[in-house]
Amino acid sequence: MCVKVCPHEVFEMIQKKVHIVGRDFCMECGACKMNCPQGAILLDVGEGCGCAAGIIKGALNGTAPTCGGSDESACCN
Amino acid sequence: MGGSDQKCGCGNSNEFVTLQLKVPENGDGCQKVCDRSVRVSKHYIVGSIQTRASDIPQISTQLGWKDYLGAFRVRWGIRRNSYRVNPGLYAIGTPNERSDVLVTANYKLSFDTVRKNLHGLNVWLLVLDTKGINVWCSAGKGTFGTKELVNRIRLSFLDTVVQHKRIILPQLSAVGVAAHLVKESSGFTVVYGPVRASDIQSFVNAGYKATKEMRLVHFDWYDRLRLVPNDIIYNLRYLMSLFVVISVLSGINTHGYSLQQALINVIPIAKIIAAGYFAGLVFTPLLLPFIPTQNFSFKGLIIGVVISAFLFLTHSLGGNLLVKLAAIFFISGFSSFLAMNFTGASTFTSLAGVKKEMRIAVPIQIVSAVIAAILIVLNSTLSGR
Repeated sequence: MCVKVCPHEVFEMIQKKVHIVGRDFCMECGACKMNCPQGAILLDVGEGCGCAAGIIKGALNGTAPTCGGSDESACCN
Repeated sequence: MGGSDQKCGCGNSNEFVTLQLKVPENGDGCQKVCDRSVRVSKHYIVGSIQTRASDIPQISTQLGWKDYLGAFRVRWGIRRNSYRVNPGLYAIGTPNERSDVLVTANYKLSFDTVRKNLHGLNVWLLVLDTKGINVWCSAGKGTFGTKELVNRIRLSFLDTVVQHKRIILPQLSAVGVAAHLVKESSGFTVVYGPVRASDIQSFVNAGYKATKEMRLVHFDWYDRLRLVPNDIIYNLRYLMSLFVVISVLSGINTHGYSLQQALINVIPIAKIIAAGYFAGLVFTPLLLPFIPTQNFSFKGLIIGVVISAFLFLTHSLGGNLLVKLAAIFFISGFSSFLAMNFTGASTFTSLAGVKKEMRIAVPIQIVSAVIAAILIVLNSTLSGR
């Protein structure tokens, strides 16, 4: 599953075992972790994504990175 | 519309189609009619398909001027948050109980992108309530998630509409959806389709198989170009604040304050701020892969330096040497800051990477601003103005 859902080809299946072949391309989106039924993937980065504006907003509010707003519809992009 | 209607999947919106739920009570008190009477139909609804469960709105696969206009205006950030469609099940063509089910977000741009690529097909389209946010971002936030998917399947009585148990999701929704948990909770098997809607038909024709390319995300110049207008509008707040603050402060001289002096400086200041603005928001994104260094902040800094050097050499920067140097520091720092904010719009930056980048870049940006300020103050003091 991880091979299928990764948008940057980080994984490759070699002889029935999955290997990480593109570690530098990983953007920590979490799709692999989310879809591993065995829970074999550890992604330990905390809340947020690779967005400087979100990190700044979170820092100013004293929270984790956030898109701001009071509900899930906030988006500054 | 009361609270119980909400629970049964009847939304509180003013886009309705008359639906009649023919299924018997399912245990949580939802036994009948979601009275969503039609007054004004949406332009993309062209009919309805009768199923065992209810009448499903049939949507067009042809985009019209309203859709193109809407896409254009949200790309400029205008009323972007309300550009949504109602969640729920829709029909494309004349699907039956054996037809595929595709899933998407209720951001209208996503909805339009999917449906325009389904011309000629007979499929069901399940639209989730992602609060008007596109697939990838909402998946990241968790709104395009296991819970909402399972819930929407239940609310649309999907198991009575189709015989099979297969739902096709856009690959990027995998960030928020755990396929194995969806199966446990709903009985439906998630099949991850391609990243781009334009590959859906090929994917289905190949027997639900994706090529390597279908599963990869890129960030080519056209992707980057489409993000620029929204950023230009969104960041005007920084532009305006800086413009006002710097213009006002430029009236300070050794004799106190001169409004006249500030007004004279307005145009040169506007030019300098605009230079930094375009360096960071237009040139850096468009030239992204060609600019040296890995980080957006450094790329922005380089472009800022290049642009200001160009302006310097072409005598386009006003004032004496101190003022010109201040302009160079300001433009470079501002460009770096704006380019750094482009990370959120990109398709490959990571949280850890950006945090690391910011630890170096933000101090550099602050220092540039401070140096620019010091040079200006120095200039005012020395010239005795």
